[in-house]
Amino acid sequence: MTRTRRRRLMLVGGLFVGLAAATALALTAFSENILYFYQPSEIVGGEAPTHTRFRIGGLVETGSVERNNDDLLVRFTLADCEASVPVQFRGTLPDLFREGQGIVAYGQLNDAGQFVADEVLAKHDENYMSPDVAEAMKDASGTSCMPSNMQAKR
Amino acid sequence: MLWLHRFGSLPYFYRVSRPIALALAVPGVLLAVYGVYGGLVNAPVDYQQGDAFRILYIHVPSAWLSLFGYTSMAIAGAVALVWRLKLAEIFVVAAAPVGASFTFLALVTGSIWGKPMWGTWWVWDARLTSELILLFLYLGVIALHNAIESPRSAARACALLSVVGVINVPIIHFSVEWWNTLHQGPTVTRFGRPAMEMAMLWPLLCAALGFTLMFGWLTLWNMRAQLLWRERRSRWVKKVFSDA
Repeated sequence: MTRTRRRRLMLVGGLFVGLAAATALALTAFSENILYFYQPSEIVGGEAPTHTRFRIGGLVETGSVERNNDDLLVRFTLADCEASVPVQFRGTLPDLFREGQGIVAYGQLNDAGQFVADEVLAKHDENYMSPDVAEAMKDASGTSCMPSNMQAKR
Repeated sequence: MLWLHRFGSLPYFYRVSRPIALALAVPGVLLAVYGVYGGLVNAPVDYQQGDAFRILYIHVPSAWLSLFGYTSMAIAGAVALVWRLKLAEIFVVAAAPVGASFTFLALVTGSIWGKPMWGTWWVWDARLTSELILLFLYLGVIALHNAIESPRSAARACALLSVVGVINVPIIHFSVEWWNTLHQGPTVTRFGRPAMEMAMLWPLLCAALGFTLMFGWLTLWNMRAQLLWRERRSRWVKKVFSDA
């Protein structure tokens, strides 16, 4: 390797390493802002903003869904392994919405500690299987614990 | 190292790239058709998403190639900057529109999938946003190439942008693990228990391999065109056309 080539290689390598370090620092500094949603335990723990709109993500707790007969108001509880937050929403729910499903809702906490949502999105998981396999794999625990795929690794 | 120098010779590359491209095209198209057909028709329905999950047979190979394409451009870009290899410069420029097309396809199919499943066409979560930035990086390489008149300085600028932009690739890949996102986590590259049934996974792997071979074919073909244009005043190109 000639001298010029070695110098250019050092230059390109140095540029890359410097840039990677800068990006890593910037992303670590902004990591709160990159979070798409807060989890119920973070909201109960007071980590979520109180007077502004944000997103909450969790599983719809089994047996918690209540619908009104005369309008579109739905009440349910979103939970992770440690805590749960009551949510109310008026509008059309995505097709995947059901008990045990991962949901991301956008809205604001009211004074009663209820989350008033004006948008509800479904988050599906990374598992794909046919209905018979899903039936065979179903366990009877019926927990509403957050599966690992809903949690960002900190 | 002798073969490398020979391959670096432009007329030699022009001659051998044609049969290589065709050798990639035939199995590539066959595998892609086999995989996509197997996924759209033969694979079982998903327990949760029904038939809608089948769009992943286009979405996942496209998304894979958007990352693979940019990484290969960055490697070629580094080679072009350090060794001033003309073929590496041409690769960066030739792969950009192919990679941009696959990135666009990944974004569009993801959007079409998101509407019925998530309930929205688009969200600004970490995965979707970083993939959109990747599309802009591809478009940036293409625009840069067209904006600078001298082919050598244009190629060098494109190579530099490829090397710089490759930082985005690991961010896209790990975005679903580092941050809470609406997009789900990785299925295929997950270690341990496979997250997908074999009858569904097999056509997906065939489609991904087929799309990858097609990427090689299209990029090589575009390299040949770029090469002819850049060397249009040289004797060997004139000879190619007078012989034809």
